[in-house]
Amino acid sequence: MPGGTPYNGALMTSAISPGPASAVSDGSRYPYRHLLGIEGLSRPDIDFLLDRADGFVEQNRQVDKKSSTLRGRTLINLFFENSTRTRTSFELAGKRLGGDVINMSVSTSSIKKGETLIDTAMTLNAMHPDALVVRHSESGAVHLLAEKVNCSVVNAGDGSHEHPTQALLDALTIRRRKGHLEGLEVAICGDVAHSRVARSNIHLLSIMGARVRVVAPPTLLPSGIERFGVEVHHDMERGLAGCDIVMMLRLQTERMKGSFVPSIREYFRYYGLDEDKLQAAKPDALIMHPGPMNRGVEIDSVVADDIARSLIREQVEMGVAVRMAVLEILVTNQTEPWAKNQ
Amino acid sequence: MRPTLFKNARLLDPAARLDAKGAVLVRDGRIAEVGPQLFVDAIQEDVEVVDCGGRCLAPGLVDMRVQTREPGEEHMETLASLQAAAVAGGVTTVATLPNTSPIIDDISILEFVERLAQEVGLVNVHPYAAATKGLKGLEMTEIGLLSASGAVGFTDGVKAIADAAVMRRLLSYATMFDRVVIQHPEDPTLARGGCATEGEIATRLGLPGIPACAEVMMIERDLRLVRLTGGRYHAAHVSTAAAIEAIRRAKADGLKVTCDTAPQYFALNELAIVDYRTFAHMSPPLRAESDRQAVAAGVADGTVDAIASDHNPEDQDAKRVPFTQSVPGAVGLETLLPISLGLVHDGAMELLDLIDRLTLRPARILGLEGGTLAPGAWADLMVFEPDRAVRIDAHRFRSKSKNSPFDGKPAQGRVWRTVYRGRTVFDLDAEEPRSRREQSHA
Repeated sequence: MPGGTPYNGALMTSAISPGPASAVSDGSRYPYRHLLGIEGLSRPDIDFLLDRADGFVEQNRQVDKKSSTLRGRTLINLFFENSTRTRTSFELAGKRLGGDVINMSVSTSSIKKGETLIDTAMTLNAMHPDALVVRHSESGAVHLLAEKVNCSVVNAGDGSHEHPTQALLDALTIRRRKGHLEGLEVAICGDVAHSRVARSNIHLLSIMGARVRVVAPPTLLPSGIERFGVEVHHDMERGLAGCDIVMMLRLQTERMKGSFVPSIREYFRYYGLDEDKLQAAKPDALIMHPGPMNRGVEIDSVVADDIARSLIREQVEMGVAVRMAVLEILVTNQTEPWAKNQ
Repeated sequence: MRPTLFKNARLLDPAARLDAKGAVLVRDGRIAEVGPQLFVDAIQEDVEVVDCGGRCLAPGLVDMRVQTREPGEEHMETLASLQAAAVAGGVTTVATLPNTSPIIDDISILEFVERLAQEVGLVNVHPYAAATKGLKGLEMTEIGLLSASGAVGFTDGVKAIADAAVMRRLLSYATMFDRVVIQHPEDPTLARGGCATEGEIATRLGLPGIPACAEVMMIERDLRLVRLTGGRYHAAHVSTAAAIEAIRRAKADGLKVTCDTAPQYFALNELAIVDYRTFAHMSPPLRAESDRQAVAAGVADGTVDAIASDHNPEDQDAKRVPFTQSVPGAVGLETLLPISLGLVHDGAMELLDLIDRLTLRPARILGLEGGTLAPGAWADLMVFEPDRAVRIDAHRFRSKSKNSPFDGKPAQGRVWRTVYRGRTVFDLDAEEPRSRREQSHA
């Protein structure tokens, strides 16, 4: 104990390890049992996931979209927080791989009866699923659950912590349009403080060699964000100057305790993405949004619906492909039932 | 009871500033003779001899911040399990917070708890009384009557006394009874919803943060009120460099101000919560490394008067949940000594000074005896091995709750024997504390 935990003063290492390695390490480049976050992954890990996802894009555009890689495997979508698009995306991904997919919305069932997260995890674990896809309103809840089950766990968003498949689908979308990620200038704008999407994207883009700026009022930036290796801006036009990609974030009023901006009107005036502010970016800059959009809050309809510049629909398409890749890699990594808790 | 002679010991008496080889003779529960000059062979009486084998003999520890869960939540801790844990940790005096159920804000409840504690009879239990009725932070409790019934201080426990006017009146009124007002120093509006110190680590983990300045803001406000009222003020579990600096200045100005800290604030920093380890979720939250170092330095130079365990028993349900939903706090009675000894092993301070922070100084803040080996004092003693390597094992705690951030960690220092009023209440060799209750049932 003397001196306590050794402290890394310039903490640029990950606060979270990617989790236990899978039973096989046959050279497959995603050697982990879970996907809990982007932080801690390496560039080859991410390249491997994206390459695999790329292959599924074509499959999804066929008339017959189904393969049988996950036949006989059970996937459970365990959502403790409401979601339509992410849950549907994971459900489609699992079904197109031939797996059996069960959806559980827990906010309405056992939690209200006082069952704890761990009880729920243990109950589901006893049914021998092969993968759990989990969304929870509290940061770290998915890690806790992953410690208690024998199957693979995919983080579908935990509190303000991470949303790794969103960052992967964003990266795939950019890569397919721009051909690469390295060297791109990416501006992430809006409610960074409450956004798990922002954290996962900052990690991923930095790992892949892109340069990230965050643009937001100080009240919507989390403390210490500059230590993530990003440029910090409070002015949209300066923040967008010369950038290749503009990523807008949803203003997460449901996660805010108290008033972080005075009004929607004022927020849109200074931080809403419209034609004027977009002038500062490169002429071929592309616009992204993780959805669901608040039109007239963080983004103007004209910009959101500009087919030439907006990647918003393509992001949704890539989402299915990325989730297929993640599920396939994690589940087929499993060659034998996991030893109980490692 | 036959007199007992503790011989062949390294005596550590902070009151006499004594650190020397010698012996202690205990008669009728009190220290009869003591010192390097005590000639063991010259004692004619029929005495029981305890050969300390060169181990350290010090006054029993005085732990000024302990939470019991009896009455109300006995599945987490009873006054019996609390006292058993205390003696295993070398603690012979505890001051307990009033946040039981019912809350200790009335003399009848205070006296009830005192009686329950005395029935166990392993250590001195001195309850604090609530500073405000129902811990609501609005109306003063009966400070005079509660003092007369044995309340050693007034506090709202784990809640800050937020209202400045209420704090002013408390400080002012308590001067009549020479009682100390103990604050949980944290601005509650800045702390609202937070569970980690604001900064890079909380941001990486996506946890809502509390700015570190929430502590010093409350302390600086209170110090203005101390200046205004002349009251006696104690800041509990200080954890930041800024707070310690504010208290250092106030002491230099002659204000009646004291403070304590808990071992986690000089032995751990905020990195302990990485991977969402809820057992390291504390209130106040663990801090940056620079703050940890300032707390260690404050203990060493005496700005931080006392080390208290901040013993906070919580059950599994409180900790086996997502970090944001977990209840902060750790049990500490059985790790107080070995973790604190880290400061001595690190070379930060002398052993006698550490014992001073763990015995004499907290006793003086509360107006209690203790922290002395002077003849005539109660023989509340602890014999320990300061260098012995140990691995902390929460499952072997006598406390009913096992929530410790130190579980599994190596440390140095172990209690060999604890003596309460001349009676051995913990004996490592026998591994079983003898309580009066057990004896009377035997």
